[in-house]
Amino acid sequence: MISYAFDYARPTTVEDALAQLDDDAKLLAGGHSLIPALKLRLSAPAKLVDIARIPALKGIRQDGNELVIGAATTHKEILSSDLIKEHLPMFAEGAALIGDPMIRYKGTIGGSIAHADPSADWPAMVIAAEGTVVVQSKSGTRSIAADDFFTGFYMTALEEGEIITEIRFPVPAEGTRMTYQKFTQPASRFAIVGCAAVRKPDGSARVAFTGVSDAAFRDTGVEEAVGDWSTAAIEAAAAKTAEGMELNVDHFASEAYRHHLARVYCKRALVAISE
Amino acid sequence: MAQITVKVNGKEHTSEVEPRLLLSHYLRDVLNLTGTHIGCDTSSCGSCTIHMDGMAVKSCSILAVQADGSEVTTIEGLATNGQLHPVQEGFKECHGLQCGFCTTGMIMSAADFLNQNPDPTEAEIRHALEGNFCRCTGYHNIVRSVQWAANAMSEGVIE
Repeated sequence: MISYAFDYARPTTVEDALAQLDDDAKLLAGGHSLIPALKLRLSAPAKLVDIARIPALKGIRQDGNELVIGAATTHKEILSSDLIKEHLPMFAEGAALIGDPMIRYKGTIGGSIAHADPSADWPAMVIAAEGTVVVQSKSGTRSIAADDFFTGFYMTALEEGEIITEIRFPVPAEGTRMTYQKFTQPASRFAIVGCAAVRKPDGSARVAFTGVSDAAFRDTGVEEAVGDWSTAAIEAAAAKTAEGMELNVDHFASEAYRHHLARVYCKRALVAISE
Repeated sequence: MAQITVKVNGKEHTSEVEPRLLLSHYLRDVLNLTGTHIGCDTSSCGSCTIHMDGMAVKSCSILAVQADGSEVTTIEGLATNGQLHPVQEGFKECHGLQCGFCTTGMIMSAADFLNQNPDPTEAEIRHALEGNFCRCTGYHNIVRSVQWAANAMSEGVIE
C-alpha cells in the first residue's frame, strides 16, 4: 500500500512547526494512526510536519500542583515514568494496555487525543484525571478542559493551525485511588469499552468511558450514584452507565452487548478503587 | 525527494527517497535487506519489526524519512561476529518456526523484550509478543524459544 505523494518537514521547535503548518499540512507524531490512513489513501495531505522529536513537546514533569505531560511523550515513556507511577498510576496501568510494545514505543499521548479515535484509551483517562489540553497557534496559546475536548466521532475542539503542546493534570490528593479497566478487541487492541475511574479522598468520583459512544465522555450519572461506595451503591452506579446515550454499534459488539460490557467494566473499575 | 542518512546494521547509508517511502520498503527494496517481512501492512502483525534507535518498532508504519539520523538493526544485523543472537539460536533449538514468515519479526521483538526483562515468566513472554502474529499458530514453540534464549543469556552460554 502506497500513500499519495506529500512533502515532509521535521522542524525542531513548536514555532517552526507552526510556520510549516499551512492549510494542506498534517501533523505527524507517532504516525501509527496517520500512516495507515495515508496508505489506505483515506487522507491526502500535501505535507507532513513531523513533531515527534521536538524537545519542547517531550517529557513528564511536575510544575507546582500539576503534572505536565508533553504532547509528544510516548505511551512507553509514560508507563515507565516514576512520576506517573507515583501520582497517576492509572496512566501507567492504562498505557500498558495500548496496542502492543512496538506501538507503545511510537504512539504519543498528544497524537492519540488529537486523533480522537472513539475507541482510543487516552481520552477516557485524560477526562477522568481532569486533564487540561494546552494548545499553541500562531496567535498564542489556550487551554481546553478535557471534558470539552472530545466533541464527536474523530472530532475535537482543536482548531486549524493549532498544535497540542502539553496536557496538564492536577496532582491527585493523598489517598486518591484510580484505575483503567478495558475490554480489548484482540486484533486491533483498541478498547471495545474502557472505563477510567477516580475516587477522591472525600469519596467523590470521576468516571469516563471510551469505546462506548462516538466520543469519550464523562459520566456524571455514574459519579453521582456511587454515593457511599457500598456494594449496593456501586451496583446502582454501574447500572447508570451511559444512560440515555446513543451507543456505538460495529461488527465486534452490538449496542446491547456493548452497553452490557460498559456496565460490567464500570463496576469492575468502581470495585477496584472502592476500598 | 528528500535526502536521508540512516545507519543500518552498523553501516551508514545516504539515499534520496520520496517522503512517502515506507521504512520497510526502504530496507527491502533500496538496501535489499529482505529479511524484514511485510505481512499485514497495517501495523497489526509485527512481521516487519526492526530495531530503531534501540527500540523494536513496526517498519511498515514508519516513513524512511522519519528514520533520518537513526540507527536501525534488522534481522540481518542481529548476529555478531558470525555468532547468532541467543534468540535466533533459541528459535533454531526449539523449532520456533513453521513457515518462517513471522519469524524475523518475532525474533526482533523478543530480542528487545529480553533486553528489558532478562528473566521473564511465560505469561510475560506471551504478553510481550502480543504485537506479533503467527498464522501457523506455532506460539508454544515460539515461547519456548524465547525461554531458551533467556536461560542461555542468563547462564552465559551465549554472549
